[in-house]
Amino acid sequence: MNALAEAFRLIITLDADLFEILWLSIRVSLIALAISAVISLPLGTWLAITRFPGRKFCILVLNALMGMPPVVVGLIVYLLLSRSGPLGWMGLLYTPTAMIIAQVILITPIIAALSNQVIENLHQEYHDTFYSLGVTGRRAVVAYLVDARYALTSCILAGFGRAIAEVGAVIIVGGNIDHLTRVMTTAIALETSKGNLTLALGLGAVLLVLSLLINALVISVREYAAKRQYA
Amino acid sequence: MPESLLPIRIRELRLTKGDRALLAGINLTIEDPGITVIMGPNGAGKSLMLRCLHGLIMADQGQISLGGLAVADSRSHQAMVFQNPVLLRRTVLQNLAFAAPEAAKGSPWRLIDALEAVHLADRADQPARTLSVGEQQRLALARALLTEPALLLLDEATASLDPASVVLIESLVKAQSARGTKVILVSHDHSQARRMADEIVFVSAGRVVEQRPATQFFTQPETAAAKAYLAGEILL
Repeated sequence: MNALAEAFRLIITLDADLFEILWLSIRVSLIALAISAVISLPLGTWLAITRFPGRKFCILVLNALMGMPPVVVGLIVYLLLSRSGPLGWMGLLYTPTAMIIAQVILITPIIAALSNQVIENLHQEYHDTFYSLGVTGRRAVVAYLVDARYALTSCILAGFGRAIAEVGAVIIVGGNIDHLTRVMTTAIALETSKGNLTLALGLGAVLLVLSLLINALVISVREYAAKRQYA
Repeated sequence: MPESLLPIRIRELRLTKGDRALLAGINLTIEDPGITVIMGPNGAGKSLMLRCLHGLIMADQGQISLGGLAVADSRSHQAMVFQNPVLLRRTVLQNLAFAAPEAAKGSPWRLIDALEAVHLADRADQPARTLSVGEQQRLALARALLTEPALLLLDEATASLDPASVVLIESLVKAQSARGTKVILVSHDHSQARRMADEIVFVSAGRVVEQRPATQFFTQPETAAAKAYLAGEILL
């Protein structure tokens, strides 16, 4: 109970350490999310509306990559960015950029696969109309993305939820360095192992609240879309 | 006045699914402007024929030419209204703007005119999918007409609509036909065919059985199949 009370005090007094870790977590996840969305939304849409040999295999691989173990992603990014690795000259290992790269690799398949399913359903509905109106190529991709905007927002928020809760990959490539690459999840793991449950619980509470907010946002978006028949 | 896609020639159009011939060698020439209504029992191949004309379905065999053009080359001069209107998840006005982006940029008043023609001007900013089915179909027709098609295809576009919407859609289609657009309409509704058609194409079992001016078709059908159909007998 003391730990919980102390955790609460850290939150309401806007503890500098806690909020530094919180801000870095959100910053890294949001940047990773933005990069991933730019890649995954057009990719998922393109896979949904084009037909080419091997398309089903691509979707299969995309779906399989959704379940990629974070530690494996962390290891691969580590090998790429380590001093002796092919990208070692960039000096990115143990920086927030390395964490962003790992998160992008982790969440891109998730958002792409989810958006692919959303657009696939929309494509079945719109196909004849788009054909009739002569809407093809880039114009069709943009139209699908615009019309599926609310469903895609849910996909993106699912990606954000995955990114902010990630620990395995970011601890490998970020190194959990204090004031540099320490984020909520890695800090919780460290503080728990040190027996410092106060900060761990405080961070855990913030993480839970964030998760609740994301889910509330998803539900609000769905309800708004349903009310306007935009879902 | 849109560029004409007449004459429309269909030769030996065949489409099979498994062992079943859905289109069993359609031969048809449509030369006259005005409104052609395609009639026939369920499963006769009316809608399939229309979809082949529009290029939505590729037949296994046969040729189609529209004003000397192949289907693919004539597509931008065609518009089609489906039985179930599919509207974008946007407002009424945005649906029209999407169908005619040039008009939306250069002469937006055309969009308002199109909405007024289908009595939806006061709903311009409403989400399109919250309209009633009849209103949605009127919007789908406005969207199709905005592209100024030379050929307008309607696939049972007024089925299950309220009488007011049917009357409005029929009057708009007739007006468009009078402006020079060739209209081909698939309908089960005998009274609608009587009101609308200049020419009837009667299809049965994947073949064109009869093609005659509407007045003659309804008063003196030539074939036994057409007589049975008009008498309300079910044809398999």
